[in-house]
Amino acid sequence: MKYIGKRFITLIITLLCISAITFAAFSVIPGNASITKLGTDATPEQIAALEKELGLDQPVTTRYFNWLKDALRGDFGDSYQYDNTTVTSLLASRLPVTVLLAVMAFLLIILVSIPLGILSARFSGKLPDTLINVITQITMAIPPFFLGILLTYIFGLVLKWFQPGQFISPKESFWGCVRYLIFPAVAVALPKIAMVIKFLRNSVLGQMGQDYVRTAYSRGNTKSSVLYRHVLKNAFIPVITFMALIIAEILAGSIIVEQVFSVPGVGRLLITAISSRDYPVVQAIVTYVTALVVTINFLVDVLYQVIDPRIRTAG
Amino acid sequence: MKKRSVRSILLGVMVLTVSIALCACGGDKNAETETDNTSQEQDADAVAEETEGQAEAAGEPTQGGSVVVGKTQDLVSLDPHAVTDAGTRDVVFNLYEGLVKATPDGELKPAVASDYTISEDAKVYTFTLRDGITFHDGSAVTVDDIKYSLERFAEEQSDSSAFSIVEDVVIADDKTVEVHLSEGNSEFLPELTCGIIPASNEDVTGNPIGTGPFKFVSYAPGENLVMERYDGYWGEKAYLDQVTFKFVADVETAFMELQAGTLDILNYLTADQVSTLGDDFTIVNGSMNLVHAMYLNNDYEPLSNVKVRQALCYAVDRQSINDFLFGGASRLIGTHMIPSLTKYYNEETENLYEYNPEKAKELLAEAGYPDGFELSIMVPSAYSQHVSTAEIIAENLKAVGIDAKLELVEWSTWLSECYQGRKYQATVVGVDGKLSPSDWFAKYVSTDAKNFMNYKSEEFDKLFNEAYATVDADKKAELYKEAEMVLAQDAVNVFIEDPADFVAVNSKLAGYQFYPIAAQDMSTVYYAEQQ
Repeated sequence: MKYIGKRFITLIITLLCISAITFAAFSVIPGNASITKLGTDATPEQIAALEKELGLDQPVTTRYFNWLKDALRGDFGDSYQYDNTTVTSLLASRLPVTVLLAVMAFLLIILVSIPLGILSARFSGKLPDTLINVITQITMAIPPFFLGILLTYIFGLVLKWFQPGQFISPKESFWGCVRYLIFPAVAVALPKIAMVIKFLRNSVLGQMGQDYVRTAYSRGNTKSSVLYRHVLKNAFIPVITFMALIIAEILAGSIIVEQVFSVPGVGRLLITAISSRDYPVVQAIVTYVTALVVTINFLVDVLYQVIDPRIRTAG
Repeated sequence: MKKRSVRSILLGVMVLTVSIALCACGGDKNAETETDNTSQEQDADAVAEETEGQAEAAGEPTQGGSVVVGKTQDLVSLDPHAVTDAGTRDVVFNLYEGLVKATPDGELKPAVASDYTISEDAKVYTFTLRDGITFHDGSAVTVDDIKYSLERFAEEQSDSSAFSIVEDVVIADDKTVEVHLSEGNSEFLPELTCGIIPASNEDVTGNPIGTGPFKFVSYAPGENLVMERYDGYWGEKAYLDQVTFKFVADVETAFMELQAGTLDILNYLTADQVSTLGDDFTIVNGSMNLVHAMYLNNDYEPLSNVKVRQALCYAVDRQSINDFLFGGASRLIGTHMIPSLTKYYNEETENLYEYNPEKAKELLAEAGYPDGFELSIMVPSAYSQHVSTAEIIAENLKAVGIDAKLELVEWSTWLSECYQGRKYQATVVGVDGKLSPSDWFAKYVSTDAKNFMNYKSEEFDKLFNEAYATVDADKKAELYKEAEMVLAQDAVNVFIEDPADFVAVNSKLAGYQFYPIAAQDMSTVYYAEQQ
């Protein structure tokens, strides 16, 4: 219980820091929402009037504390970019899409990388290992956006397995949405799969050289039973930590992949919000994503203790 | 470690090669279409005729159907009276109409008004309300709605806008409205294309109501805007049942969605993209109605010298920019005006500076810069045609000894640093305008808020003011043409072209029209009967 309380305080401090940094960053970079929204046709008076309306004429500290006050009450304000639209309503339809994409990518990573990682470790130096090695090297080298373009081209335009841009909202049809998101999820997952395979392989091989493995062998265990009953449990601990990091990367990856596949998720919203200097939207997304990542990290820590009781006593 | 990175580079190269090979396959298949397209691009008029011919050949118009139009930028606002960009005006042209509206040949025709008269001193504009015209909600348009709309527009526009000369909007009777101006202005009519909306509508942006051929259905920010045919439209009704404007993150993604058939219409294609499209699409060729140029800060040290600016004009190979980016289909220009506004366009400015690097070097030497100087060209990075243009210009300038470097910035940064802040040396962008000629030239007046070039010329100011105040149409055009020549001779900017606009249209569709202003008119588009 004490441990959870401590983690909760960490979450709050992290959120405060991140939101302050985002605010500060936006006040440093050139351009503001008023100038950007009104564009080249605007007169100086119109720009000043809109700045006043949006409260941009106030100093950055005042704006930050005002924002913080409202945010604590769960009110993220109105979007600058879109007329009469609350940030919450913008996020409400997009957050589920991004979460679904992230979950699908995460499942793909687990389903593919764990068996392959074990396989690779088991046959280290032999043909399956070399083959997996080559493939992971390739997929790790491709940036997600390029992979996205490649997948759209091959599966969308040549093979016509899906129609690029024809996104189906989860409200309309959940499975239709899942089907559309398969290729974006693959684009997000592939580079990560490669990383997890490599990590798991090295972790297993590292454990194989430990003393307890020698003891297990000397007690007459076969290679498989040593691997599955003793080594894997230990080898998974660092992998789980690594998975927590991967989740943050999945979210970062989906921002770019959403652009390529025209998925109306948080990532696409974030990019347009940044380029139109729509601070309320950016702040809200950053807050949500940070909270999400920190919470997942926390859950991973709990999971950690379940697997390895030694941590519980030490923590 | 080192070995591993070498291996991954090699693999990366392999993957790239494979993907290039794939792309190349797609390209080859349609190489024929490409030559077809480039050969038909000569004269804007000839092309327009050809397009019409195509439309006829495509079969009789049929009623119904829906299309999806791709847009790479989201809307700024659905409020017809807000300050918006060309992309937004493209879309809302279908929803709203003013007392008058633009036609494809750049004229104005009565819309909400059925008739109008302009007093001799151009101070009073009198409009007769069209009989039986209704808003999308079915209610009749009244003179009160007109007064409300014009006053609302005047309020949204600020004191320095062209609309500030409106003194009063007078309701003469329940069919007649008079617009009184504080000074005579014969160029005021285009301003009255501002949308007429019902005074009773309280949620203008959330529930847009106008009198246009299409009515609003839904808008999902960042995703799409859906509109359907308005059956109570006063004029020729639209063919299509439904039109969706779909907002796509970037040009590459949009192009892929076009190839996949998700989009039916997509504009601003590059010559390269045109060549990879197959028979599923017809390419309609018009112009972007932009003055594409390298704009110069006339206050910046070397550029303040007219000889230096002229040297830049001689140094830049405009034709190679046109060939590279638009397959030679753009019209080269030499001043700040688009050729589509024929009445005001001065053709003589076109060939003032032929590409001549030797001459450029001479002028630079005369100006006291025999060894050139350093020049930073600021370019908004999201617009690939501006970036490519700037790259070609930089090479051209290096050839005459000017050390030009590109500075890529985000659009927001460009607006605040370059356009509003005027903290730049040179920049490559396209500038648009409205139907009134003064809208194009006013930004060169010394004291104008939009004079981001910091251009100051007494001669130009005098000519502009004279032209603006002139009521006689022919006289006015003559004076504007003179003013254009002043801009050209002063080499205010390196004027390049009015870029060609290649629009891909699903080959089952016909009737796509170009306007000399920002407008994607969907009311004339139809599915042609299959033969």
